Amino acid sequence: MKKIYVNEQWCLACHLCEYYCAYANSGLSDMVQALKDKPLHPRIQVEQRGTVSFAVNCRHCSEPLCLKSCIAGAITEKDGLIVIDQDKCVGCYSCIMACPYGALMPSESGVMQKCELCATNSHGLPVCVQGCPNQAIVYEER
Amino acid sequence: MKADESKCVNCHRCVSLCPTRALKIVKTDHTFKENANWKGEVIQDIYRQAESGGVLLASMGTPKDYPVYWDKMLVNASQVTNPSIDPLREPMETRTYLGQKESVIKRDANGKIITKTAPQLKLEIPIMFSAMSYGSISYNAHKSLALAAQELGIYYNTGEGGLHEDFYQYGKNTIVQVASGRFGVHPGYLNAGAAIEIKMGQGAKPGIGGHLPGSKIGEDISKTRMIPLHSDAISPAPHHDIYSIEDLRQLVFALKEATAYTKPIIVKVAAVHNISAIASGIARSGADIIAIDGFRGGTGAAPARTRDNVGIPIELALASVDERLRQEGIRGNVSLVVGGSIRSSSDVLKAIALGADAVYVATSALIALGCHLCRTCHSGKCNWGIATQNPELVKRLNPEVGSERLVNLITAWNHELKEMMGGMGINSIEALRGNRLMLRGIGLHETELNILGIKHAGA
Repeated sequence: MKKIYVNEQWCLACHLCEYYCAYANSGLSDMVQALKDKPLHPRIQVEQRGTVSFAVNCRHCSEPLCLKSCIAGAITEKDGLIVIDQDKCVGCYSCIMACPYGALMPSESGVMQKCELCATNSHGLPVCVQGCPNQAIVYEER
Repeated sequence: MKADESKCVNCHRCVSLCPTRALKIVKTDHTFKENANWKGEVIQDIYRQAESGGVLLASMGTPKDYPVYWDKMLVNASQVTNPSIDPLREPMETRTYLGQKESVIKRDANGKIITKTAPQLKLEIPIMFSAMSYGSISYNAHKSLALAAQELGIYYNTGEGGLHEDFYQYGKNTIVQVASGRFGVHPGYLNAGAAIEIKMGQGAKPGIGGHLPGSKIGEDISKTRMIPLHSDAISPAPHHDIYSIEDLRQLVFALKEATAYTKPIIVKVAAVHNISAIASGIARSGADIIAIDGFRGGTGAAPARTRDNVGIPIELALASVDERLRQEGIRGNVSLVVGGSIRSSSDVLKAIALGADAVYVATSALIALGCHLCRTCHSGKCNWGIATQNPELVKRLNPEVGSERLVNLITAWNHELKEMMGGMGINSIEALRGNRLMLRGIGLHETELNILGIKHAGA
């Protein structure tokens, strides 16, 4: 299955992926409308210390600990893609505790959110990958 | 958010990355009390020099408003009396070979034709990336050029800074340069490339040498150039062992000896006033290829006055050299490569029709890599990771991205070349070379037409 991989060698910590992510999942067709004067809730986040930086998002683990930890049955797996049903999520934070990568986070509404490879929004292909100016984020089969 | 307009160099990095296109760069309306003679730029230069007491430095090709002869030549096409060729349906050859050509057919004792020729460079497309040293451009920029040259079946040029050990693997597509500073030159280096170029001059700064400041000579560059860490890399203006064509011949043959006569030798000169006589000398020196760099050629750093006032246009230099070599019957001794602001496939086409075998491009290649011609390479702070050695900035150019863009550019030019050649009813570079009947001048006077060896449009 194609997944998102990051290459810290080329990450410039420009945070553009975060903006593209928040826009892609806003449901709006205009980026300015989607992001201007609003707090950003991206599902991919750039980690940085010193000169090293890279974007972190869900790795879609083959043994997803978040799924096992979910007390509400909100996290499910379909063909390798780990998705969260925000209607079912009760906001207990168990998945956040369980995820070794810090790839889940609370959304604007308080329930959890995670990267679903843009498969569940209107974009279809990961927008962070398309928007990365230096190919530090790639979407490929490995 | 604030911007300090005095520091903005108009590199467009911010504009290009802004996802909502919310930024644009506008020209300040702040101005000097200018007039036709004392332009703002002239006044500012005087202030700068009055402050610093130094030579004004500049980068890339001259921005001055000199005539661009490429734009004053028009290309022919077939109509009615001769068929044009559709390159999508019929074969169209853009492969070409650079090197000495045999002028007579030689036979062995059994009467068989001897097919062994002088060493040749095989180009799938008559375009090469011209010399840019590791030091003047970054590791990632060099790697982008090397990867692209390999994929395109053409060549890139190390420039005078030696060859980084990581790039020996691209040797088949590398031209190694020997310049007056002899940086990084050793037998392994000479044998690593497909050809060796002796750099006598550069179009942007004819007659002067080069100076890479010690601040740019980090660990890697010091090792590649074989000079001490943080020492200035100074290329002398002349080669101190070359004061005549005979001296040049000695170096040409020294390099041939060092590589067992397996590699063509290129001699690169800047286009200057008596270029045709110089080229005639080089053609007799044993060199296989002459590269001529016109006065609009780029540079990582050059004195502004030299860049803007020294040398001649490549179009005129090319036409007069090709003509002179033909008159003397030695055109076959050498191939001609021209550079110095080849901006598009039509420039390539016109150069070949004027008599070139291939062209060198560098500024166009850098623009493909992201350069926005802000012309501040000499500051070493290239925002696009090209003309810098700062690791934070170098990182901005991913060679995978860069090489793909270069391959796209040259492939696109090749398609356009084929289209235009097809339109003229010509199906090979060999048939186009020196075919000046395919060119007509527009808005040129008699002297210019005579030098270019073309007729005026309508004639």
